[in-house]
Amino acid sequence: MRRKIPLSIAFIFGVIMIIQFFIPHPVSRDFFQMILDWMIIVGAFTYILAVSSLIRVHKGKIKRKKEGWGYSYVTLIALVITAIIGVIGGAFQPTKVTTTLFQKINWHLQQPTILMVIYRYIQMPMQATMFSLLAFFIASAAFRAFKARNITAVLLLITAFIVMLGRVPVGSLITRRLPETFHLSNVVEWILNYPNMAAQRGILIGVGLGMIATALKIILGIERGYLGGGD
Amino acid sequence: MGFWEKVMKLDRRWVFLLIALAVFIPFLKPLNLPITVTKPVKDVFDEVERIPPNGSPLMISTDYAPSTAPELDPMLYALLRQCFASKRRVILLSLDTQGAGMAQAGLDAVTKEFPNVKSGVDYVFLGYQPGWSAVILSMGEEIRKSFPTDAYGVPLDSLPMMKYVHNYNDIPFVIDLSGSSAPMSWVMYAGARYGQRVGVGTTAVSAAQYYPFLSTGQFVGMLGGLKGAAEYERLIVKKGYTKAREVATIGMDAQSIAHLVILFLIIIGNIAFFASRSYKERRLKSV
Repeated sequence: MRRKIPLSIAFIFGVIMIIQFFIPHPVSRDFFQMILDWMIIVGAFTYILAVSSLIRVHKGKIKRKKEGWGYSYVTLIALVITAIIGVIGGAFQPTKVTTTLFQKINWHLQQPTILMVIYRYIQMPMQATMFSLLAFFIASAAFRAFKARNITAVLLLITAFIVMLGRVPVGSLITRRLPETFHLSNVVEWILNYPNMAAQRGILIGVGLGMIATALKIILGIERGYLGGGD
Repeated sequence: MGFWEKVMKLDRRWVFLLIALAVFIPFLKPLNLPITVTKPVKDVFDEVERIPPNGSPLMISTDYAPSTAPELDPMLYALLRQCFASKRRVILLSLDTQGAGMAQAGLDAVTKEFPNVKSGVDYVFLGYQPGWSAVILSMGEEIRKSFPTDAYGVPLDSLPMMKYVHNYNDIPFVIDLSGSSAPMSWVMYAGARYGQRVGVGTTAVSAAQYYPFLSTGQFVGMLGGLKGAAEYERLIVKKGYTKAREVATIGMDAQSIAHLVILFLIIIGNIAFFASRSYKERRLKSV
C-alpha cells in the first residue's frame, strides 16, 4: 500500500498533465493553475526540510566534536539570528514592530531593514570574497597542471589560449591589423558558434531524451527511486 | 636542481601576488582598451529599445547571488539605467533566494541617479518566490497568482503600472540575469509554452552553454560575462542614457591583464615542464 498509493498518484497526475497540455479550455487552464499553486506551496515547504537537515548535520558535528565543530555553532547561531530578524523586522519593508522600536530609540538605518543590512554588509562581501579567490587558484592550477602532455591537451591548450585572449579587449588589439575574419574576437565567436555549439547540442539532445525517458519511467512506475529505499 | 625545476616548484604565493597585481593595477590606472560590441549584446539592446516608453514593461529576473555580482551587477545597472533614462517601465523579480537582495541593491543604487522614478509607476519589484519552474509557468497565466503583492507588501492591483499587466502577453521582453541554469527554465517554460521573448545575461563560464539557444532565436540575445556587460555599458553611454562610471569597462582592463598573466604562467609552466623533463632524461642517460 505504501508503494501503490504514491505510484498511482504519479501515474494519474503524470497522465492528466500530459493531456491537459493539449486542451486549451478554461477548466483545463484552471486545473493547471491549481497544480502550479500546489507546486509553489510544496516548493516553500522544502525550506523546512533544508533547515531541519542543516540543523541535524551541525548538531551531529557538535555532538561528535568533529574537526571544525566550532564553526557549526557559528552557522546555527547565524541561522537563528537571521531568521528571527527576518521574521520580526521584514525583508524589504520594515514591519510595524521595528518601525516603532526604531522611532523610540531614534535610530535611522541606511537600509530599509536590518535583514538588508546583514545581506548588504555581511553576506555580499563574504560571498564575493569567496568567489574572488577562484581567480588565484585558477591561475595557480593553470601554471601547475595545464600541460601539453598529448594531442588532446595541446588542442585544449590552443583553444583556451584563443578564447582567453579573444574574450578580452587586448585580444582584439593584438589582431587589429589582420583581416577581420582573423580578429581574435571573431575567431572566438566562430569557436563558440560551431564546435562548441555542436557539442552543446549533442549534450542537450541527450539530456532531453533522458528526461523524457525518465519522466515516462516515473509515470509508468518503472523508475521508483523517488520513493526512497524503505519498504 | 636546474633553473626550470626551480620554476616548476615555484611557491604558489608568487602566482597569487602576480594575479593580485594584474587585477589591482588597471583599477588604479585604466588602460581604456577598445570595446567592440558583438551581435548578441546589440540584439538585447535593440529589443529593449523596441519597447515603447511609458508602455508595457520589461521584466528582469535577477536569479543570481553575490558570488557572481561582479559580472552580473553591471548588466542589471546598465539595463535599469537604459529603462529609467528612456522612461521604459521595469518589473523586477527573483527566483533565487539571494537574487531579490541583488535586485533591491541595484534599485537602491540606480534610483538615486533618477530621483523622479517611482515604485509602482516606473518600476515594480516583486521580490522572491520559491518554486522556480512553477512560478515561471504561473506568470504565464496571471502574475498576481504568484505575486499578489510587490516586495513591499503593496497589492499589485493598487499599482498604476500593473493595471494592464497580467501575464506574458503584456510583457514584450524578459531578460534573465543568472549564473546558474535558470535561463534554460525561462526558455523552456516562458519561451516554449507562452511564446515569451527571452534574453539572457550570464557569467562568462556559463555563456558557452547558451549558444545553441541563441542560434535558434530562443534567446533574443545574450550578455556574456563582464565583456557582455562592458559592451552594454558602451551602448547605453553612446545612446546618451548615462554618464555613470562604466564599472564593467574598467573591469575589462583588469580582466585583460589577468588573462595575459595566466597565459604567461601557462607558457612558463609548459616550458619548465618540458625543460625539466629533458634535463632529467639527460641526467638518467649520463648515470
